[in-house]
Amino acid sequence: MSGVRVLVGTRKGAFILTSDGKREKWDVSCPHFAGWEIYHMKGSPLNPNRIYASQTSGWFGQIIQRSDDGGKTWFQPGTPPGEQTTPQGMPKGESNKFVYDVSPETGKPLTTHQWYDGTQHPWEFKRVWHIEPSLSEADTVFAGVEDAALFRSKDGGKTWQELSGLRGHGSGPAWQPGAGGMGLHTIILDPSDPKRIYIAISAAGAFRTDDGGATWKPINKGLCSLYIPNPTAEVGHCVHHVAMNPKRPGVLYMQKHWDVLRSDNSGDSWTEVSGNLPTDFGFVIDVHSHEPETIYVVPIKSDSEHYVPDGKLRVYRSKTGGNDWEPLTNGLPQQNCYVNILRDAMAVDTLDKCGVYFGTSGGQVYASNDAGDSWNAIVHDLPGVLSVEVQTLP
Amino acid sequence: MIRVVLPQHLRTLAHVGMEVQVNVAGKVTLSSILDAVEADYPMLKGTIRDHITLERRPFLRFFACGEDLSLESPDTLVPEAVVSGAEPFLVIGAIAGG
Repeated sequence: MSGVRVLVGTRKGAFILTSDGKREKWDVSCPHFAGWEIYHMKGSPLNPNRIYASQTSGWFGQIIQRSDDGGKTWFQPGTPPGEQTTPQGMPKGESNKFVYDVSPETGKPLTTHQWYDGTQHPWEFKRVWHIEPSLSEADTVFAGVEDAALFRSKDGGKTWQELSGLRGHGSGPAWQPGAGGMGLHTIILDPSDPKRIYIAISAAGAFRTDDGGATWKPINKGLCSLYIPNPTAEVGHCVHHVAMNPKRPGVLYMQKHWDVLRSDNSGDSWTEVSGNLPTDFGFVIDVHSHEPETIYVVPIKSDSEHYVPDGKLRVYRSKTGGNDWEPLTNGLPQQNCYVNILRDAMAVDTLDKCGVYFGTSGGQVYASNDAGDSWNAIVHDLPGVLSVEVQTLP
Repeated sequence: MIRVVLPQHLRTLAHVGMEVQVNVAGKVTLSSILDAVEADYPMLKGTIRDHITLERRPFLRFFACGEDLSLESPDTLVPEAVVSGAEPFLVIGAIAGG
């Protein structure tokens, strides 16, 4: 029987939750990297036993971890556990090295970006927000980082090179950090075109490359953000997350700071579909794996009150690609609940019925094995959840 | 043999106990000690000092023999008691908790 593996990154370590295809009983493996912030974990679609983790700390910096056995054991790529000398040719300790490419041959000058007070601020690497393994090359993996840039490794995470065309787009001085920093948090690889990649940055907006990352264009037409000087500017929008159903790559869904939007032309233009949501502020958005017009969001009260409205945790589902939304509450707390759900903390599996998962700032991970009709907490009391990904296992 | 005490999270990363011992050839300075630590434990590259600039990470501090060496030049010679192995060189998180 097939099963699922849910990868949970929290403020104090990583947790791996596994179940069979019924998704009723769960085993919890924990904690990995205890005490560290785990911004994101994601498995390779080509080899589910290969999982990458972004382990980060204000004290000790950025660590990339990799497992090749489904999360049982971990090592820094190029630096196997137990080895304390450097074998010839092995780039030990390099897997944690993210250096912006400023070389004259392939790089772009390290410019400044806008700081919170409107002044210009130097670009500084802080951490990896999101890891995205390639759909077609087993050892290729992408990393979205803060301060915003896109990196790629072609050797399984041992070494990283910046795709500097994005940072060097020319609009960098207009990018600015959101409350959580200026992170590149969303990476979507187009399964129908290996040269097409979508990314999103808070607060710069969404960008697309059609040439494998050499050049990029902003794809923010139709976005309106009243909190920036020019509400319809080409860049500067605080895009919180973008989602796509791989079976229909041209259609994208976006949860912006405020507003839920969709694009039917690969991001060339966007239309607001917030409809009857109680509030259209939020962070997560995801798409049903079999029904590409069925989407999920979790409305959050406001940009200054980062918790669900009315003390009720409600996932909202639209079966019409937006505008018409229904609250999903069965199994979710409907009183005295004041949690947040961060942008990378929702995922769907590919089983039938589609499983939906999300994690909260209060340390709960909720799962639905019926596309959102009912929910159960797999775990109640983890550290605050930063990210949730799910692997559907054969 | 130079004794180096690491903070708990770096012990976990390097798969070692509280204290490691490293050989330093030549002058024993802040930077030569850290060079030796990173050579023996390459998984710690970038965790104590920046990969490129080799500057001390801002929330870490260096102590030896009751002295705070954090703001000293990387070429500063460490106390003789550290060179002889009588006292350890301490890498400490600058603030605790959280």
